[in-house]
Amino acid sequence: MELLMAIVIGGLYAAGIFMLLRPSPVKLAIGLGLLANAVNLLIFVAAGLTPGRAPLVETGAVRPAVPFADPVPQALILTAIVISFGVLAFILVLLRRAAETLGVDNLDDMRSTD
Amino acid sequence: MQLLLVLPIVLPVTTAAVCMLFWRFGAVQRALATVGAAALLGNALALLAAVRREGMLVLQLGNWPAPFGITLVADLFSAIMTVLAAVIGLAVVVYSLATIDIRRQAFGYYPFLHVLLMGVCGCFLTGDLFNLYVWFEVMLMASFVLLALGGERGQLEGAIKYVTLNLVGSTFFLSALGLLYGMVGTLNMADAARMLGEVGRPGLVSTLAMLFLAAFGIKAALFPFFFWLPASYHTPPVAVSAIFAGLLTKVGVYSLIRVFTLLFVQDVGYTHGLILVISGLTMVTGVLGAVAQNEFRRILSFHIISQVGYMVMGLALFTPLALAGSIFYIIHHIIVKTNLFLASGVVLQLRGTLELNRLGGLYLRSPTLALLFLVPALSLAGLPPLSGFWAKLLLVRAGLEAGSYPIVATALGVSLLTLFSMTKIWGKAFWGGPPEAAGDNAATEEARLPLGTRFPLYLPMTALALFTVAIGLLVQPVFELSLQAAQQLLDPRIYIHAVLGEKG
Repeated sequence: MELLMAIVIGGLYAAGIFMLLRPSPVKLAIGLGLLANAVNLLIFVAAGLTPGRAPLVETGAVRPAVPFADPVPQALILTAIVISFGVLAFILVLLRRAAETLGVDNLDDMRSTD
Repeated sequence: MQLLLVLPIVLPVTTAAVCMLFWRFGAVQRALATVGAAALLGNALALLAAVRREGMLVLQLGNWPAPFGITLVADLFSAIMTVLAAVIGLAVVVYSLATIDIRRQAFGYYPFLHVLLMGVCGCFLTGDLFNLYVWFEVMLMASFVLLALGGERGQLEGAIKYVTLNLVGSTFFLSALGLLYGMVGTLNMADAARMLGEVGRPGLVSTLAMLFLAAFGIKAALFPFFFWLPASYHTPPVAVSAIFAGLLTKVGVYSLIRVFTLLFVQDVGYTHGLILVISGLTMVTGVLGAVAQNEFRRILSFHIISQVGYMVMGLALFTPLALAGSIFYIIHHIIVKTNLFLASGVVLQLRGTLELNRLGGLYLRSPTLALLFLVPALSLAGLPPLSGFWAKLLLVRAGLEAGSYPIVATALGVSLLTLFSMTKIWGKAFWGGPPEAAGDNAATEEARLPLGTRFPLYLPMTALALFTVAIGLLVQPVFELSLQAAQQLLDPRIYIHAVLGEKG
């Protein structure tokens, strides 16, 4: 399971970075989206996968029976997803406005402020 | 006492929310924003006083004990940074009263400015790495909006570069967080510091340290991650540039100092040695970029980069004196750099351009402005007795004591080049003759600005310039404060014990 996840995460990172390096603004947004998801999966896997063991306390017990899935990374990812979703929405609007105002849809042509 | 620790976050968010309630009433928003910023300054000063009196302040939100709940911590360094954020916040709000146009105000300029302040204060006061990430994002979202607000061509283009690079930085940060959590099972800074000492896998810890270095290096505009900064900082209105220049890169520097004094102190020879090399390269590339530019605000933007190099140099040397130098440098630089940007804004108002070749003769026409530019400019270049001189002196002395002669030589050489590029602005914009020789009447250009505009423009500039001079003249108390903060930073046990209590 870990190996499969590692391959998926590596693939997402690679695809995300590849998309970031393209000159198209749309691919830039896609690349950032892929990277955000790669990171979320990375947090998930780095903390250890414990499938099928919800961190619920049985009636009468004081703590959940080990091994149980760590709820903290899930909470972290939930926050990270919300943030990256908001940021991505902002980027899409920004890219659209930029394309309208600047009249170019190639990031390599945006050199006037360098 | 604990209230003081929450208020730097609560006050700006309340101000922002109340400003939003008065969305259509510009005058009310302006008044509220000013009052909110003033209250934040008062609160920050009270916080600094409390931290000096009673030592580190710690608040466990919701009474959850330390590694489980959200912790707010203020040590001397955080408190100093909060005060600086509040000072710059107030200065920029007052300056905005005269410079921000109705359209930007109608789209929520003041609320976003306060959200930005909330994010910055949150970064300084949090004791938890994931919360640091969240505050970073709050700050970044507000800064994205402020940067793009108005939708001019340059702004949108600059915003794309700024947003992309900062998001890549956030990605690095979050990856590093995930790996750190996998390694030690905690994200509370004090707890992680304790655990990292026991992990005993220096290679892995150093890898993690490099990820954090890249993440914060992007925010702090370190070499080689700095190119988003000069591409974007000269595009928004001057008030926005000023608060970005003063505060945002310093949040990156703050996080670097926090993480590399608390968490990653196992393999100082490797990590801090690398930071030393990076700081030298940052200084050199920044100042060379500044020398090559011919536009007022672009020169200033490149200077931010080279100055960040100095701050990080103190961290890299890692002695009490060097860290005190870093903190002193941050105090000095935040004030001076904001002041310079504010001065560039007045030039823009008077002449309508910031291209140095089309300026000239400002010294004769606007002597007050020239003086208000000269003070921070000389301070930035490090001329005695202004604050920049002492900041550089401290760092150079710390470098000599540590025996790192190459970095000292670099720092001194870069200092000369800084002076050179500052004289370029001075010589072309203020000294020389006016661009159109004909039709110069005796009236000063400043007098052409209406009094209602002149007051909010000059009040913050004068206050900040006096501040710089005051730090230069009363160097001892500021130095002692920085040294105390540095000593606190260099002994992580104080921090760990304050946050975790007996367990630490």
